[in-house]
Amino acid sequence: MTSARIIVDVQGVAKHYGAGETRVDALRSVDLRVHAGEVVALLGPSGSGKTTLLNVIGCIIDPSAGKLSLDGEAVFDGHWLRRDLRRLRLEKIGFIFQAHNLLPFLTARENVAVALHLAGMKADAANARAQELLDYLEVGHRATVKPALLSGGEAQRVAIARALANSPRIILADEPTAALDSKRAGIVMDLLRKLATEQDACIIAVTHDEKIFDRFDKLFHLRDGVLVDDAGG
Amino acid sequence: MNLALKDVQHNLFRFVLTCAGLGLLMTVVLAMIGIYNGLVADALNIVKAPQADLWVVEAGTQGPFAESSSIPADTSDAVARMAGVAAAGAITYQTIEADHAGRTMRLYLIGYQPGHIGGPIHIAEGRGIQQSHFEIVADRKSGLVPGDVLRLGRDRYSVVGLVEDTMNSGGDPAVFLTLADAMDLQTRLAPAAARVQAARGGVAGAGANVAAVIARLEPGADVVALAATVRQWKHLQALTQAEQENLLLVSVVDRARRQIGLFLGILLTVSAVVIALIIYTMTMEKLKQIATLKLIGAPDRTIIALIVQQALVLGMTGWAIGLTLILLVKDVFPRRVLLEPFNVAMLGAIIFVVCLAASGLGVRAALKVDPATALGS
Repeated sequence: MTSARIIVDVQGVAKHYGAGETRVDALRSVDLRVHAGEVVALLGPSGSGKTTLLNVIGCIIDPSAGKLSLDGEAVFDGHWLRRDLRRLRLEKIGFIFQAHNLLPFLTARENVAVALHLAGMKADAANARAQELLDYLEVGHRATVKPALLSGGEAQRVAIARALANSPRIILADEPTAALDSKRAGIVMDLLRKLATEQDACIIAVTHDEKIFDRFDKLFHLRDGVLVDDAGG
Repeated sequence: MNLALKDVQHNLFRFVLTCAGLGLLMTVVLAMIGIYNGLVADALNIVKAPQADLWVVEAGTQGPFAESSSIPADTSDAVARMAGVAAAGAITYQTIEADHAGRTMRLYLIGYQPGHIGGPIHIAEGRGIQQSHFEIVADRKSGLVPGDVLRLGRDRYSVVGLVEDTMNSGGDPAVFLTLADAMDLQTRLAPAAARVQAARGGVAGAGANVAAVIARLEPGADVVALAATVRQWKHLQALTQAEQENLLLVSVVDRARRQIGLFLGILLTVSAVVIALIIYTMTMEKLKQIATLKLIGAPDRTIIALIVQQALVLGMTGWAIGLTLILLVKDVFPRRVLLEPFNVAMLGAIIFVVCLAASGLGVRAALKVDPATALGS
């Protein structure tokens, strides 16, 4: 696995809020490398910095120091090297949320197609690709249903389809199985692994869900903003 | 994919209700505009109705609308003989209350000389006055119809025709009758003491006075010069048609006009605040969805379009509902509601601008949303 290409390369990344006595160090010189095809977890208690690290990798918040490379492209080195971070996210990163975050006014297919549409794909092609992804995730028969009428598992698969829409090399998942029972959590993890393997992508998940720890290639433990160890899953 | 339209379709019932509420507000705004226009138009209509060029009134007065005026009726003959005058006629104005069909009406009596200027120009229904006495032509707003008989003073008058949009500045519908009948009514409706005095011959000729004499000039005649000539008669004052119209607007309806205008301004301000609040609330409810859109890569223009398009659809639908409602109910109003296409278009433009400005608040809030918000549970 380690011979595979590095997709996410975090070097000495720090993030602090405030200054002086009120300064809070959310991340302290974190180094992290995730290779293509890997499925890794960020673990740690509340306030340990795992969500902050996920946000840094997702180009959502500015690191205070360090370097960040995504899919071979240096994107942060003391400052952002790309001006349009949303475009960067659109091209390279897919997000899967604990609460699905599907847009309630769109059908399942439209929720997937919207990501393709934002990337500039024509409506017909976007709809066809969205349907293809939903079929792949075995939720194609629910394509015209609004999120409110989908079950938790179905909604999560639609959210995964949306994350995959633009074939990103990095998928960031925030508690992807928190709302699912053990069986469905296992199915989602199998699915993520399959995607990582087939699309040569890496998956980084923040999770507290102990029942899926054995599904990860690596577990990265964070405590007080420091990466304390990592171990095979 | 139009996200604004999809969101509207998703919450269609609530959106329609919001539009309906806004539509009702727009109905009130349009009604006020219409009433404002109606007030001005009614006031001017009564002045324009005789299609005169010159008004001859009592010296030292601004009659007959801004102040009372009384001049001898035979002034009409003197004015008619002046060079440049094509036609002249004496005219009286009087507001009375009359009972008809179990209700009391306020009517604005206009007495004119048949065969002279000052009578109704366009008869909308029935015919004009043909008899010397006891025939009247009424404004349709009075509720009278041809064939009705109306008691005025001690006599009964037959309604022979109807005119439209002829009211005084107070909104009282006009009733045309012959000058002889009008002057007779003025005498009979006067206090008993005055009648006793008249019977004794104390104020002989008082009944032969009229409010004004109006004149229509020959083409090319100089109205200003004619007015100056009339003013040389010490007991008379002359006003051109333009002066009379201006006088009416400045002195008679000005306060009411400003009152309505101020109220209209307040109403437009309230509407703007309501629209802004609705759009801001609609946006705040979508902040998590907007954060999600940002997180998955939506550019600012997509977010702005979502908010602005919904704001414009809301505003324009409300405007259209308001326009439809006011067109349906405007004739129910006791006073004339006059809506000009320009006013309607102008309100549409104002609502458009208000929606754009109001959506600015929502857009500002939306653009400040941190995409990381979407990651929180």
